Amino acid sequence: MSLKVELSHRFGTFALDASFEAPQGVTVLFGRSGSGKTTIVNAVAGLLRPDTGRIAVGERVLFDSTRRVWLPTHRRRLGYIFQDARLFPHLTVRQNLAYGRWFAQKAGRSEDSARVIEMLGIGALLDRRPGALSGGERQRVAIGRALLAQPQLILADEPLAALDEERKSEILPYFERLRDETSVPILYVSHSPAEVARLATSVVALQDGRVARQGSATEVLGDPKVTPLGPGGAGAVLETTVATHHPDGLTELQAGGVQLLVPQVQRPPGAHVRVHVEAQDVMLAIRRPEGISALNVLPARILALRIGDGPGALVQLDVGGNLLLARVTRRSATVLGLRTGQEVFAVLKAVSVAKDGIAGRGILPR
Amino acid sequence: MTLLSPEEWQAVALSLRVALWATLGGLPFGILVAYALARWEFPGKQILNGLVHLPLILPPVVTGYLLLLTFGTRGPIGSVLQDIGIVFAFRWTGAALAAGIMAFPLMVRAIRLSIEAVDPKLEQAGATLGASPPWVFATVTLPLVLPGILAGAILAFAKAMGEFGATITFVSNIPGQTQTLPSAIYAFLQVPGGEASALRLVVVSVVIAMTALMLSEVLSRRIAKRVAGA
Repeated sequence: MSLKVELSHRFGTFALDASFEAPQGVTVLFGRSGSGKTTIVNAVAGLLRPDTGRIAVGERVLFDSTRRVWLPTHRRRLGYIFQDARLFPHLTVRQNLAYGRWFAQKAGRSEDSARVIEMLGIGALLDRRPGALSGGERQRVAIGRALLAQPQLILADEPLAALDEERKSEILPYFERLRDETSVPILYVSHSPAEVARLATSVVALQDGRVARQGSATEVLGDPKVTPLGPGGAGAVLETTVATHHPDGLTELQAGGVQLLVPQVQRPPGAHVRVHVEAQDVMLAIRRPEGISALNVLPARILALRIGDGPGALVQLDVGGNLLLARVTRRSATVLGLRTGQEVFAVLKAVSVAKDGIAGRGILPR
Repeated sequence: MTLLSPEEWQAVALSLRVALWATLGGLPFGILVAYALARWEFPGKQILNGLVHLPLILPPVVTGYLLLLTFGTRGPIGSVLQDIGIVFAFRWTGAALAAGIMAFPLMVRAIRLSIEAVDPKLEQAGATLGASPPWVFATVTLPLVLPGILAGAILAFAKAMGEFGATITFVSNIPGQTQTLPSAIYAFLQVPGGEASALRLVVVSVVIAMTALMLSEVLSRRIAKRVAGA
């Protein structure tokens, strides 16, 4: 089942004009604040009626301006995970979880709530009220409440933005599990490249109300025209497999035609692993550097060069068939005489690939 | 009740009955109007708001006379109601109507405030989980505003207990029929030797009013707590 969105909407001076398709898995709507991400999600949820367009989940049409179809929110079969959890304060966790399920049962289906409660680890919280929960716990309950509503489409509007780093890394694995265990499309709004890198099956990059780029996470994040859309933290995503574990605590990953050494990854050899490499952690050299501590010196070819407005430049590299981004200064780019097509070396410290930037896919216990 | 004479007790009992019906009868309208004023945008909203508050700012005698003109047996609404057997003029039901209308603004204000304190985002969340608008109202909005509704009802009850001007203008001061507590105090003060009875009824009034006010205070404090989810 996939979600097809096609809409245009205008309010004040802002014009939204976007169309895309979200297949099974996580589709991340990625872009700066004000680029129209939340407007799209709210239109899909039926909380905002766009001027014109069409929205459909599989064969079910939620909105069609030419055929005058407008399904009200409560009949759309959604699971909407809000940034601010929005648990009902007058109900216990158990009652909050039961809320959507009760309405879904009238529609004739029932899901094993014990499985969801176990997956989210909220069994001990059932008799508490939302006021007595931490931010991370609240968000986990909100995920459970959305799942138990038997949704045919899951929406998540920056569900981690209000949480600190520790809570984020507490919640992210649940979304990974969700992506790997459910067959319904998940539309996930984020402006964090790290979240995109870990979760995205496909990415829709938005800029000023338009779709700037759409594709897989590796394609979109490796495109220097797109990454500046997200604030800071530009970086590419590599799809790799675990080759060997070295006794000195390093893991060797195979990424296309190159090997990458990173701090130990807790996965067996052969496992598929996704690595997020931030552009600022990649150095460039025009000759193979010698006598340096960095362990990864990879031959690369410059595919594109993007000079920013500030002192920086973003360089897109082909490294053994992978796309990699490097952030250098404009001065370095000039001094080294960097140009498209040039053969260079990308230098990457093993330790700069953070644990958070490495994610397994489909390997969590089911 | 040995503290009060049968005549005094009659006035207290009648007042309690009048106030109870004034409150219960006004509540559905009060919730509806409060919800409309808090959540809906419609032409004439300010006019409705003004009408609701009118009894609060008009001299009660004026409200009572207007009631007599419209709900009297020859009034436009009163004559129609009389045909189907409902009579307000000079009956305890009329006292309840007058008290209900005088108490209405206080009730609406309290309920409106508590509806405005409910985050519409919670109602949106209910809708995304499959609840239709009536269900959202019943399962999200209503439980969250319940303390406000109770506070408004208690305030309205206390106001209805003490209503005098509009009541006496509309339904007069008939012992056992329309002589409520304040009317009885007024009547006792008009006859020689009635001061002791009046004083006893004054004490009863003060006790009822204070109890209602404190109950209302406690409940409104709960609103904040409950909406915060503690």
